[in-house]
Order: sequence, then structure tokens, then C-alpha cells
Amino acid sequence: MTETPTVAQGETRTVGTASRTTWWLGLVVLVGTVALVLLAFFVAPEDDEQRDAVRMIFIHVPAAFLTYVAFVTTAIGSIMWLWKRSVWWDITAYAAAEIGVIFCALTLFTGSIWGRPTWNTYWDWGDVRLVTTLILFLLMVGYLSVRSMGDDEATSTRAAVVGLIAMINLPIVNRSVEWWFDRTLHQKSSLTDGNLEDMTLFTMVFGLVVFGLFFGWAMIHRFRVGWLERELRVGDLDDALAARRAEAIDHQESST
Amino acid sequence: MTHLGYLLVGWGVTLGVGAAYSFRLVRRGRVVASRVPVSRRRWMTAEDK
Repeated sequence: MTETPTVAQGETRTVGTASRTTWWLGLVVLVGTVALVLLAFFVAPEDDEQRDAVRMIFIHVPAAFLTYVAFVTTAIGSIMWLWKRSVWWDITAYAAAEIGVIFCALTLFTGSIWGRPTWNTYWDWGDVRLVTTLILFLLMVGYLSVRSMGDDEATSTRAAVVGLIAMINLPIVNRSVEWWFDRTLHQKSSLTDGNLEDMTLFTMVFGLVVFGLFFGWAMIHRFRVGWLERELRVGDLDDALAARRAEAIDHQESST
Repeated sequence: MTHLGYLLVGWGVTLGVGAAYSFRLVRRGRVVASRVPVSRRRWMTAEDK
């Protein structure tokens, strides 16, 4: 039986972080995105009040939902790091935070763009939903900043604490439209208020699935990047230690 | 179609950011993977498509 591939061959090729699973998942996301655009612009009906501006819902709501999913993943990963010192969970928390920050930025951006034709303003500093979401975004940018300051356990621990502090804000963001309904322009939950028509609801759920699959694809790749970066650091450290040991042995032999 | 400008900006930026991040992520993975020995590439398939 032929042995495939040898280590030497493998090292010369560019393998990257892709695998058969991520390749197919990526393809599904790509096809799903095209289908989402077609559904959102050509199949879903316009709204009686908002007219075509309602088509922003198909990216805004999925981006907001995946922001929650990503940051909850970061919180779980942070707890597991603090509790078990699990490197796997530490890398997962970091990966989810990076992707979550992108989703959160897109949520703020699409919400702002959508707000102009519907609320007649891009931003309102007195709106609790908008401001608490911005605070969540800034806290998670803080998490990434802390995480990027070093590769040691203490940095991971500090970042995990920041991640958990940020999570306190998550239920506040989510429930703000209920708790302070008189201090927000934002509507209540689009998924649960039952006001969406069939095709609009279907397209929004379809958008959630496509965004969810993209989140899965990105998480796999980002986790693998994080793991490889760690392996690189550990490998460099091992090499440095081996070099120091060799130096010490040489020194001992030359002095005796 | 009403509000076409807002829709194009909102959708365009969202899809653009998603595509740019994906491209950067795959590229970053290729660069870092090329520096790590195959034997240490845990959590990923070492075979090419």
C-alpha cells in the first residue's frame, strides 16, 4: 500500500486551514448567500410602512443574532479557561470574540443605515438599544486588545475576565427594548412579535441559517489559525530551550 | 425600488466585509500553516482538497 502523503511532502505543500468539511461548508455559504440576495430583493414583499427599506432586516437581524451567539461562545470559553485552564476553550473564546466583533460592527452599521429612512436619523445617543450595543462592541474590542498584548497565560486570564464583564451587558442589550421601551426607537424582537409576513419571515430565517453557517465556517478556520499560531510559539520555545540545553552541555564539557 | 441607495450600502458593506474577512482568514491560515510542521497541525485535516 502506498503511504500518502509523507511528512516531507506535506511540509512543502501549502495546506492552510481548509479541509474537505470547510470546503463544502464554504460552498454552501456561497450558494446560500446568492439565494439570500435573490430572496431578499426579488421574492420577499415590501413593507406597507417601510417600503423596500425593510429588506435590511434580512442582514441586520442575522448579524445581531450571531453577535449574541459569538459573545456567548466567548463567555463559555472564558469560563472554561478560568475553571479548567483549557487551551482549546481559550482559543475558541478568542476566535468567537474576533468574529463576534465583526458581526457586532455590522449590526451597528446596518442598523444605522436602516434607521435613516425609517427613524429619520442614523444615530440617537438617547436610545438605550443603540448605546448598549455600542458599549458591548467597545467592550469586546477591549477583549481583543487585551488578548493581543501577549501570548502567556496571564494575558488569557485577563482577557477572559474582560470577556465575562462584557457578558453582563449582553442581557441588557437584549432586553433593553422591553425594559426601556419609552427610551428607544428600536422595535421589539422581530422574531417573536408575530408581525412578519410569511415570505419575509422565511427569508429572515433563511438569512439566520446562512449567517449561522458562515459563523461555523469562520469559527473552524479562525480556531485552526489560533491553534497553529500557538503551536508555532510552543515550537519556537521548545527550539530555544533545546538550544540553551545544548549550550549548557557544551559549557560543562569545555570546563571539565 | 425605494431606498435603493441605503440598501446597496448596507448589503454591499455587509457582504464586502464578510468576503474580505474570509479571504484574510484563509490567507492567514495558509501563511501560518506553512510554518508549522505537519505533525503539529492538530485539529485540522492535513490533506489537500
